[in-house]
Amino acid sequence: MHRFEYHAPTSLDEAVALLKEHGDGTKLLAGGTDLLVHMKEGGLHPPRVVSLHAVAGLDGITLDESDGLSIGSAVSMDEIASNDAIRQRYAALAEGAGVVGSVQTRSMATIGGNVANAAPSADTTPPLAVFDATAQIVGSGGTREVPVIDLFEGPGSTVLAGDEVLTGFKLPTPPADTGSIYQRHTPRKIMDIAAVGVGVRLSLGGGNIGEARICLGAVAATIIRATEAEDALAGHPPSEELFAKAAELAQAASSPISDVRGSAEFRRHLVGVMTKRCLDIALERAQN
Amino acid sequence: MAKLEVHYTINGRAHEAYIEPNLTLLEVVRDELRLTGSKEGCGTGDCGACSMIVDGKLVTSCLMLAPQADGAEITTIEGLATNGDLHPVQQAFIDTGAVQCGFCIPGMILAGKVLLDQNPKPDEQEIRSAIAGNLCRCTGYTKIVEAIAAAAEA
Ligand SMILES: Cc1cc2nc3c(=O)[nH]c(=O)nc-3n(C[C@H](O)[C@H](O)[C@H](O)COP(=O)(O)OP(=O)(O)OC[C@H]3O[C@@H](n4cnc5c(N)ncnc54)[C@H](O)[C@@H]3O)c2cc1C
Ligand code: FES
Ligand code: FES
Repeated sequence: MHRFEYHAPTSLDEAVALLKEHGDGTKLLAGGTDLLVHMKEGGLHPPRVVSLHAVAGLDGITLDESDGLSIGSAVSMDEIASNDAIRQRYAALAEGAGVVGSVQTRSMATIGGNVANAAPSADTTPPLAVFDATAQIVGSGGTREVPVIDLFEGPGSTVLAGDEVLTGFKLPTPPADTGSIYQRHTPRKIMDIAAVGVGVRLSLGGGNIGEARICLGAVAATIIRATEAEDALAGHPPSEELFAKAAELAQAASSPISDVRGSAEFRRHLVGVMTKRCLDIALERAQN
Repeated sequence: MAKLEVHYTINGRAHEAYIEPNLTLLEVVRDELRLTGSKEGCGTGDCGACSMIVDGKLVTSCLMLAPQADGAEITTIEGLATNGDLHPVQQAFIDTGAVQCGFCIPGMILAGKVLLDQNPKPDEQEIRSAIAGNLCRCTGYTKIVEAIAAAAEA
């Protein structure tokens, strides 16, 4: 790795001040599983690295019946995947975190890093989006909240300013009869990046689908919500035909590219198959 | 670029090094502290040859910046044997014949140890997912999976 100046601030204020003082070339370091790969092989040579390790208050998972779930940005994939409350109430998120890399990757990789890295194939962003999660952001201008679905501008690019730090995520409490799921298709079974990722949440009410969320990964420049499919589902009783129709609308919403993990045509086909399958599973989970 | 002092407890012994911050934990442990059991295969988190246990967690030390691990308790393959007795996972690898060239083995054994610490009776699928981040070019994995299963019985 090229040389850089290293900072390990112990407070968020200090971290933000360092980012403000040194400008855009400065990189934040969380688990390092994306940043170090970019610095070793991706031609990224930041003059300064600001580690978040010693910054207090970025860890922790708290569940509150009225406020919902809060997850600090420095929480690891391993902690999320093994948290009982998340597995029960926010299953799609536990599933997304649980498929990231290997045991080693999951013990280092953080949720904040996964989001800030802004890969369209990231495995925790579709689950966050289906739970209407908001990102908590602190910068020199103060704090703000942005819905996770609105954070991304393109591959590797977010709306975060150079002096802003993601501090955590808030996920509202889902309605009582809710089922969720995240599935991805990868050419290799494990240790691979999604060719297509699908997150689904169905919340039932009085025999109908009250609220539906479908978020697709790796089939556009950012993760996308299939809003037409969601609208088609909401307010109707679940049925085979309805799910088939929603799967078609999700396909229409995707605009995949061809690369080593699959052709555009194959990916679009997968969006249909996987959306249908995920809707079936989410319904079953919502009913149990 | 100022040099930094880092302190690690490795295999129960205190170590310190005076380093540039752009080194990985793997580089410091191998090149400065001369514990060369951990290997560098890929350098990008894919092969697991550099696996170490840092504060109780299995990590790929090629992706951990050396100053990030300052103050950590670290176990490397050199620290598994106690008073000359091999760890059960090490012994099982030998008894099963799971070692060929040996390059992946320190990481495999540490991954096996971490698995058995958390799950003393894993099934085959659990063993395979526990070593999914450890690549072996020689054995085809069958003997490695058998060795970890044998260590669980030991
Ligand atoms: C072997 C391997 C396998 C992988 N497999 C997967 C996979 O299956 N699925 C998947 O989604 N990803 C995968 N990844 C990518 C990576 O592990 C994840 O994206 C991870 O969550 C990144 O988190 P991190 O803490 O390591 O981030 P870092 O590498 O520390 O940071 C990533 C980026 O986010 C920025 N950043 C970090 N924290 C913050 C913050 N709090 N506020 C603002 N910006 C911040 C950094 O500046 C950097 O640009 C894999 C990586 C490796 C090495
Ligand atoms: S050398 Fe670290 S994972 Fe390959
Ligand atoms: S024994 Fe040679 S790489 Fe595994």
